[in-house]
Amino acid sequence: MYKKIAVLLLFISSSLFAQNSEIKGTILDEDNIPLMGANVFWQGTSIGTTSDENGKFTLKTSPDTKNLLVSYIGFKTQKIEVTSSTSLQIKLVALTTLNEVTVSKTVKSTRNSYTSSINLQTMGQKELLKAACCNLSESFSTNPSIDVNFSDAVTGNKQIKMLGLTSPYILIAEENIPSVRGASQAYGLSFVPGTWVESIQITKGAGSVINGYESISGQINYEILKPATDIPFFVNIYGSTEGRFELNTHFNQKYSDKLSSTLFIHGNTRQVKNDMNNDGFLDNPIGKQVNILNRWQYNDAEKGIVSFLNVRYMKDDKQSGEVSFNPDEDKFTTNAWGSEINTEKIEISNKTGYVFPDMPYQSFGFQNSFQSHKQDSYFGLNQYNIHQKSYYSNLLFNSIISNTKNKFTTGINFSYDAYDEFVGLNFSKDFSRVDNSIGAFFEYTYDNLDNFSLVAGARVDNHNRLGTFVTPRLHIRYNPWENAVIRASAGRGKRAANIFAENQNLFASSRNFSILNTSGKLYGLNPEIAWNYGLSFSQTFKLFGKDSEIALDYYVTDFQNQAVVDIDNSPQQVLFYNLEGKSVANSFQAEFNIELIKHLNLKTAYKYYDVNTDYSVGNLQKALQAKNRFFANLAFQTHILDKGQQWKFDVTYNWLGEQRLPNTSTNLPQYQLGEYAPSFAVFNAQITRTFSSTFEIYAGGENIGNYKQDNAIVSADNPFGSSFDSSMIYGPTFGSMYYVGLRFKIK
Amino acid sequence: MKKIILVLLMSIVGIAAQAQEKSVKKSKNKEVIIKVSGNCEMCEKRIEKAAFSVKGVKSAEWHIDCQDIHVYIDENKCSKEDVAKAIASVGHDTSLVKAPDDVYEKMHSCCKYERLD
Repeated sequence: MYKKIAVLLLFISSSLFAQNSEIKGTILDEDNIPLMGANVFWQGTSIGTTSDENGKFTLKTSPDTKNLLVSYIGFKTQKIEVTSSTSLQIKLVALTTLNEVTVSKTVKSTRNSYTSSINLQTMGQKELLKAACCNLSESFSTNPSIDVNFSDAVTGNKQIKMLGLTSPYILIAEENIPSVRGASQAYGLSFVPGTWVESIQITKGAGSVINGYESISGQINYEILKPATDIPFFVNIYGSTEGRFELNTHFNQKYSDKLSSTLFIHGNTRQVKNDMNNDGFLDNPIGKQVNILNRWQYNDAEKGIVSFLNVRYMKDDKQSGEVSFNPDEDKFTTNAWGSEINTEKIEISNKTGYVFPDMPYQSFGFQNSFQSHKQDSYFGLNQYNIHQKSYYSNLLFNSIISNTKNKFTTGINFSYDAYDEFVGLNFSKDFSRVDNSIGAFFEYTYDNLDNFSLVAGARVDNHNRLGTFVTPRLHIRYNPWENAVIRASAGRGKRAANIFAENQNLFASSRNFSILNTSGKLYGLNPEIAWNYGLSFSQTFKLFGKDSEIALDYYVTDFQNQAVVDIDNSPQQVLFYNLEGKSVANSFQAEFNIELIKHLNLKTAYKYYDVNTDYSVGNLQKALQAKNRFFANLAFQTHILDKGQQWKFDVTYNWLGEQRLPNTSTNLPQYQLGEYAPSFAVFNAQITRTFSSTFEIYAGGENIGNYKQDNAIVSADNPFGSSFDSSMIYGPTFGSMYYVGLRFKIK
Repeated sequence: MKKIILVLLMSIVGIAAQAQEKSVKKSKNKEVIIKVSGNCEMCEKRIEKAAFSVKGVKSAEWHIDCQDIHVYIDENKCSKEDVAKAIASVGHDTSLVKAPDDVYEKMHSCCKYERLD
């Protein structure tokens, strides 16, 4: 009973204390000068006040705490335990100096992720600017994972390779909608101006199942600039010694905080006829391109909606061949050898994302794209016309299983491709057809939030030519110790080879085309199927106190079936047939990067490729593929001054070992090339001077060492003879090339 | 008669009360914010792991600059206090529950944040 009363009394007294008590005090600095506006708070509560002009304050006591926090800018915060209610005198001690520390770390232009399960590299805008020119196919020259080669000596087209395999084996997507495929396979990358691109994501190995079943050696996704975050105006002008001029302008308009749009206008032209190696053929095609994109973005953060609408038109005309060739008079004659490639592309696409407002980890995505890609072309007497009308749609749902350590993405996609394809070679045939597929996918991501994550995905597709099939993919990441990551991946890919669209470089030759199989549903051939396995290790560390990184990776692509392109049986033939035996691409890459001094970065890479296929004449290394390659890039930039002034220097060195040349031994002696092409090296360099954050000028050179391939065109003196071939390209055909350009922005 | 009215009234009040109870139905995706002290990336991993160890926690993101954790919970399965308890038990003081001193003392030196008292 007494106890109860005691407790009760205690309760009353404490609540009385709480209600009635106030504390008073004065806050002074070390020289006893009152501090006005100092903050006085009971720790962990919102009960507080500020001192008046005499440094005095009164504050009700708090039932929760006796600790009083007193703070004032430039002074050390004091914590006082208040035990009595007498008037307090609090002296604050000044911080000796008001240290303003700015922690700055330069954001790397290319980042290797240490937390993603997938071997993913992101190239940001800084990296993209290192290759000032001009379109997506040229954006990879400073990235060691992707090799850029000329595909032939006529079209000036650049071809990319990953893991030793050409671009058809790479799924190339624009904002996750497959973009360079089918008819656009050969030249599609040159139809994306570099200034439009915000960033590029490069995935080595099988990759995610979300965007389809076609990727075999990797995936490249590029993001276009977003209207909501774009600057009002941008212009880029470029001119080069080979007579190429480019103009890029972006106009951005924000209509409200939700709606914005950008109009991208690109034009390029080359009218100067160059023949630096005096073989009578243009080194680069002459031509022009107009490329317009209008992009709209609607953002409603409260409702969780983001939507994009793109409308695009592109027209590209190229003419190449002999310098004397005049298309009006000489087309389809043997007066002179010439070629024209005219492409027109129309695209409308939309994507909408919806994030559940009360569940940020759950969302829907819906993508739709309609494309029309029409190419009319001839190469000497050979003709190739293709018109692809395609529709692609993807519906995605992202959510979690019990918590965000377990995420999943599931959905369906649909694609429809109508091809009008006409081939006029040693035979003439209409290969027009319709392809369609529907598929469902599920991808599960587990992350233990620490050192392990995995992505396991599978999809089931039904394709009118490929049949019904399952595509499984698995990626694992493990961080064994600090700043290190091990990744493993395995996955299957399947695709319909568009043998003519993908091998257009062979049209510029006198080779006879023949397809040896007839039973398959794709030009008589079977679908291509391959498994890709990869293992990689990366570690960042300090070497003599410098930030360094080493990355090793090994990938194997094992074809179960391939549409083999055989140019070794005879220099007068190209054969297409189903793989009999094995076809394996092994790729090993060792990368070492170091920040030598602040702002001076060195990237180096050694690459080894063993790409071999069982051909009709036996197992051979893939022709025109260097087994050994070395890459180095040195980038230096000065410290950015107040108004944004800066110098940037960038040098890239590429060494290619010897490459096997296709068989020419049965040609006349003057048309024979030998078995191997010599090794060679190419230097590129660029200087950028930024005058302010809105204006900069750049100048650079490509192939500064002026290396030129001998005999780029076999039988250039007799282009209608049986040995003519412009596809035997192992190195640059044009000597050194220099360019200047400027960029101007209104922010 | 009066009795009947009373009974009726009572039952109406009862239904209303019941209805009210229903309207404060427990949310399956309730966002809660808890003050959590910590210092570094190691702390972040530890705090988020602890939050996820509670059944019903759907997402957990700790912000070093705000010293708070945003958690989405299924209120049928756990409460804000459960999450705070779990985080405190691995050594991090929260606005609701303080960490045991012995656990705090055992933490890595870089994780020794200034304690809330």
